[in-house]
Amino acid sequence: MTNRPAQIRARLLETRLEELATGQPKCDRVQIYLPIAEIPVNMFLLLAMGIAVGFVSGMFGIGGGFLLTPLLIFIGISPAVAVASVTTHIAASSFSGALSYWRKRAVDPALAGMLLIGAIAGTGLGVWLFTLLRQLGQLDLIIALSYVVMLGAVGGLMLWEGITTVLRARSGKQVLARRSGSHSWVHGLPIKMRFKRSKIYLSVIPVIGVGALIGFVGAIMGVGGGFLLVPILIYWLRVPTGTVIGTSMMLTLITMIIATLLHSATNHLVDAVLALVLMVGGVIGAQFGARAGQNLKSENLRLLLGLLILSVGIRFAVELVIKPADLYTVRYEETVG
Amino acid sequence: MRLRPLFLIMATALLMAVSSPPAQAERIIVSVSNHRVTVTSNYTGEELVLFGSIERDAETPPDRTSYDIVVTVSGPRADMVAHRKERRFGIWLNTDSREFLNVPSYLAVLANRPLAAVATPDIQRRFQLGIDNVLLMQRVGGDYADVVASDPFRQAFVRRQTERGLYRQADTAVTFLTPTLFRATIPLPAVVPIGTYEIDIKLFSKGILVTRAQTAFEIVKVGFEQFVASSARQHGILYGLATVMMALTTGWLASIIFRRD
Repeated sequence: MTNRPAQIRARLLETRLEELATGQPKCDRVQIYLPIAEIPVNMFLLLAMGIAVGFVSGMFGIGGGFLLTPLLIFIGISPAVAVASVTTHIAASSFSGALSYWRKRAVDPALAGMLLIGAIAGTGLGVWLFTLLRQLGQLDLIIALSYVVMLGAVGGLMLWEGITTVLRARSGKQVLARRSGSHSWVHGLPIKMRFKRSKIYLSVIPVIGVGALIGFVGAIMGVGGGFLLVPILIYWLRVPTGTVIGTSMMLTLITMIIATLLHSATNHLVDAVLALVLMVGGVIGAQFGARAGQNLKSENLRLLLGLLILSVGIRFAVELVIKPADLYTVRYEETVG
Repeated sequence: MRLRPLFLIMATALLMAVSSPPAQAERIIVSVSNHRVTVTSNYTGEELVLFGSIERDAETPPDRTSYDIVVTVSGPRADMVAHRKERRFGIWLNTDSREFLNVPSYLAVLANRPLAAVATPDIQRRFQLGIDNVLLMQRVGGDYADVVASDPFRQAFVRRQTERGLYRQADTAVTFLTPTLFRATIPLPAVVPIGTYEIDIKLFSKGILVTRAQTAFEIVKVGFEQFVASSARQHGILYGLATVMMALTTGWLASIIFRRD
């Protein structure tokens, strides 16, 4: 009994030597085989990615799909499986977020409902275009271009706004109260509705339109669209910041549940094991992210988010412009429909 | 289960005895270390070993003593497509593509010495020895054909598959333990496709095909992996509902565990 540690140590050493000799890691317990993606991946890597993206999504109140989908593709998971499984992950993280915002009465159900009407129509249109582009063989390009344009524009605007706000605050000048009296043409539209929780009185036309845009972009890019929705609600529709994130999460939750069901029923591409590992990491990360977010000033928060979004956009742009290492790509023929 | 491949080999041998010219006096008996590779949650690739014995008989010319073995392992067939990027308007985008129809998703050509030493280029072409000579059917415009090995699309296809460990050609993967007993290692990377793998073993002597034998193995998902994969495929909506429930439970648990108010 006393020499047991010594024995174990000897065994470990043996294994290590064998690893060195063969050049292959023998300790493969951290590897987990994904049944739908049909490849083994490092479980801790997946968990870490889930936590990191969860942290970001909890901090800024976004789904994080625009970060996670490219990351999964990068570690070798096929784009179709990545997009489908990320929707499930976002459903979990946005539900956990939406619940805590709901308790704080920071969700506007009426606003979420109106956005959802638009989002469903937009998703339908997006899926139709998705299929059409796949038939034309230029889907990859359109996805990459929409990442560049969307992330570049949103990230750039947020960064610009963030920098000017921070500079203004630093130079001692009073930060302008942007919200008061800045009524644009949006506020002159008919069919107005009172959104009680958000304390705004607004036409439903732009709300449904924004929902449609989010649904459309989400279907093309395979993301929840929170990164786009949050700034639009804040800057364009002037929804108070207090209810924006909760409402965005509510909308994301419902659209992602629908997307998961659609992906499962039509393409059979949702990898439940992959999604589970990601969402466990995601919900843990989201809690710490939410705490970190509360300790940051909102100007700094926007600046950071802008920087993050812009850098992902730039990464996609670089990939398009720089000559690829191999001009050829090979993949399984996708059966359309 | 174990007997079946052996039976197949015997049947093929019998067929060959009837149909082939009398010069083919030898026969090969082969067995692979595992006929059923199971993929479980900790699967990270595997290495199979193929053992074979060359059986000589009375008709074997006494001067025929040195043999060469070429083993071709081909995985489940699939349609694949190769895209080529070109620079247009300052960005790199897919401009040209070529479809590869019904090609092996895994291909390993294993021999005991370089194929050039085993047989003449003519013989290599005739018996599809080596990746360059294996038939890779393509759709070129409206036609269906394989192209020369130097075709850029074919080369790129083989190169990309080789990089992923799915295509390989090894001149030293077959070793002779005795002049008539050989052994070959078949490496299966972690990304191997699920399905049936065919092994074709050809015996050469002085550049002439003496005999050949076939066997097979399969790679299958079992247990939980099989359950997940088959339910995703057969009960899509139920699977989707279960996944959504899993997501909601995880989210709800997290908000309970981390509740601060």
